[in-house]
Amino acid sequence: MAKTLFEKIWSTHVVAERDEETLLYVDRVLLQENSFHAFDKIRREKRTVRNPQQTFAFSDHYVPTRNREAGLNGIADPEIRHMIELITSDTTAHDIELFGIEHRFQGILHVVGPEYGITQPGLIIAGADSHTSTHGALGAYAFGIGSSEVAHVLSTQSLWRTKPKTFHVLVNGTRRAGVSSKDIVLKLIKAIGSGGAVGYAVEYAGSTIDSMSVEARMTVCNMSIEAGARAGLMAPNQRVIDYIQGKPMAPKGESFELAKKYWQTLKSDPGCSFDLSLELNAATIQPQVTWGTNPEMVADVSGSVPDPLQEVNIEKQVRMQRALDYMGLNANQTIRSIKPDRVFIGSCTNSRIEDLRAAAAIFADQTCRIETMIVPGSQQVKRAAEAEGLHEIFERAGAEWLAPGCSMCVGINGDKLAPGQRAASTSNRNFEGRQGQGGRTHLVSPAMAAAAAITGQFEDVSQYPEAHTWNL
Amino acid sequence: MEPLVHFSASGVPLRLANVNTDQLFPARFIKKPRGVGYAQYLFHDIRRNKEGSLLDSFPLNQTRYHNSKILIGGANFGSGSSREGAVYALFDAGFRVIIAPSFGEIFAANCLKNGVLATCLSEEQIASIQQTLADSDDLTMVVNIPSQTLTMSSGILFNLRLDTFQKQCLIQGLNEIDLSLTFSKEIDMFEKSYRAIFPWTQA
Ligand code: SF4
Repeated sequence: MAKTLFEKIWSTHVVAERDEETLLYVDRVLLQENSFHAFDKIRREKRTVRNPQQTFAFSDHYVPTRNREAGLNGIADPEIRHMIELITSDTTAHDIELFGIEHRFQGILHVVGPEYGITQPGLIIAGADSHTSTHGALGAYAFGIGSSEVAHVLSTQSLWRTKPKTFHVLVNGTRRAGVSSKDIVLKLIKAIGSGGAVGYAVEYAGSTIDSMSVEARMTVCNMSIEAGARAGLMAPNQRVIDYIQGKPMAPKGESFELAKKYWQTLKSDPGCSFDLSLELNAATIQPQVTWGTNPEMVADVSGSVPDPLQEVNIEKQVRMQRALDYMGLNANQTIRSIKPDRVFIGSCTNSRIEDLRAAAAIFADQTCRIETMIVPGSQQVKRAAEAEGLHEIFERAGAEWLAPGCSMCVGINGDKLAPGQRAASTSNRNFEGRQGQGGRTHLVSPAMAAAAAITGQFEDVSQYPEAHTWNL
Repeated sequence: MEPLVHFSASGVPLRLANVNTDQLFPARFIKKPRGVGYAQYLFHDIRRNKEGSLLDSFPLNQTRYHNSKILIGGANFGSGSSREGAVYALFDAGFRVIIAPSFGEIFAANCLKNGVLATCLSEEQIASIQQTLADSDDLTMVVNIPSQTLTMSSGILFNLRLDTFQKQCLIQGLNEIDLSLTFSKEIDMFEKSYRAIFPWTQA
């Protein structure tokens, strides 16, 4: 019988079944500082970690982006310092590898996983973070879990799951220059709504997806959760296989050849069926800017903020008005008339080398008009960017070039918006208070954020002459 | 986990779609140890105005709903981050039942792991319950897990969807890890054959 990519991965991981649920074997577990509740539970219930060598932990949410040379001593807030000490002592106690604050490959878990070779096609990856969906870009079935389930998977190397339905999203057509994978996924979220993929594993396919760089694929899978999907996945193509080869944890030699043979079978069979399908034409997509407090509240850069009074559904109307009040925007004002106060380029959505290259192309020989932070996703991205001299371009433009971590994506390391401040941000959530209490977030692509830094407003970067050089 | 069999409490309507876990439990409180009690952080920012005082318009701030322990929410309730603190906050505030048209999946899973029932009714049913809770004087609702029902003070009854195993877990307050460890042999056997077929996956 013709199988989907998802079914192929699922069926190779079934340990046992009971009623509606399946016990699935988990290949990799990813943890971050907030996993301390799971370790508390393990301690309280006197359990052991079954397969520590399949578990990887990351210091990313709480690490400072400034004064990192000082290590732990560079953190003034004792509560924040404590979080980094906790993940260190918990992982040491259980013999789990930690990409800690001073690790050469430290970075955001969803950036380090792929670039270190932890993420591979065909694996099941459970992460203590909702954006674990990112890893699906390499053909893994990867999803986020809460701390009780983290404790469960640490104790048993498996998780009970009800099989999700499958959702096929086809993206075809040639993108206009300057239109990035971020714009495509924002457009998708707008089309299906922020709850549109609840209960589904989304498989992305089509010529546009196939032509994307591995980094760009990750951006799409990353934001699947913003449409409610726990997992997004894509069949690994040759580009993905080449990307993995040579990564520190990738299989080597004969083992790689064996793996490769299997990876090449990881695609949906012709004639397989999905529970739901949708097709997007990439050619018609413009750069996107969110105007509201949920990623589905997004508009074309040439468009305007919608008018709640035009909305027939009363509940939706109330929600829109509430968002406009929070964001300090007026109905019908053009997107171009919105003036951000700050720019944040970073987060597991857009902090990889290509994202930084696109931003640098715009920053070249320009000056930032507004405060701009650039936070690479990992030490490795930072080194790569510095080897190319990107940091000099940023610094010459007056942007801050910082140390890797989640930073202002969630604001819990102390990098945050002041109440009322408005940011152009390359992260993934524009929720109320997400980047700091009272802060206002407009989600955009890295190029759009860079353009906002230079011009102080949202510009259509697809009109920029350098746009054709990006493949995001 | 604490068993949940019959739960009788007053309900509170929260007519807001897409309530996310950042609203349920802002990220800056995640680093607090559970021992401090998370109830104080529940809906921390959305129940207050910019100056930090409680908003009268937020249902849980109204005297009428002060003792409510069953939350009737909007669609896509608990979307966003995987933080289980959102459930701890609800639990610590006494909520053991959340009913909404749909849920963020990770949130719903987190609820069940903590003995909190997160279950769906249709948009229309939710709207009618919310209306009742806005109008009537008796806000009592009774949830019966064995019979899978929700009964309003008026006597109106709703059937609740619950899968067999979750139902058993809730009623008996089972520790899921203990249960899964009874499958240790199956896991060992699986692991062995899995590693033979996919040798490169071993980290
Ligand atoms: S960058 Fe943001 S979304 Fe990504 S893992 Fe960190 S906090 Fe979560």
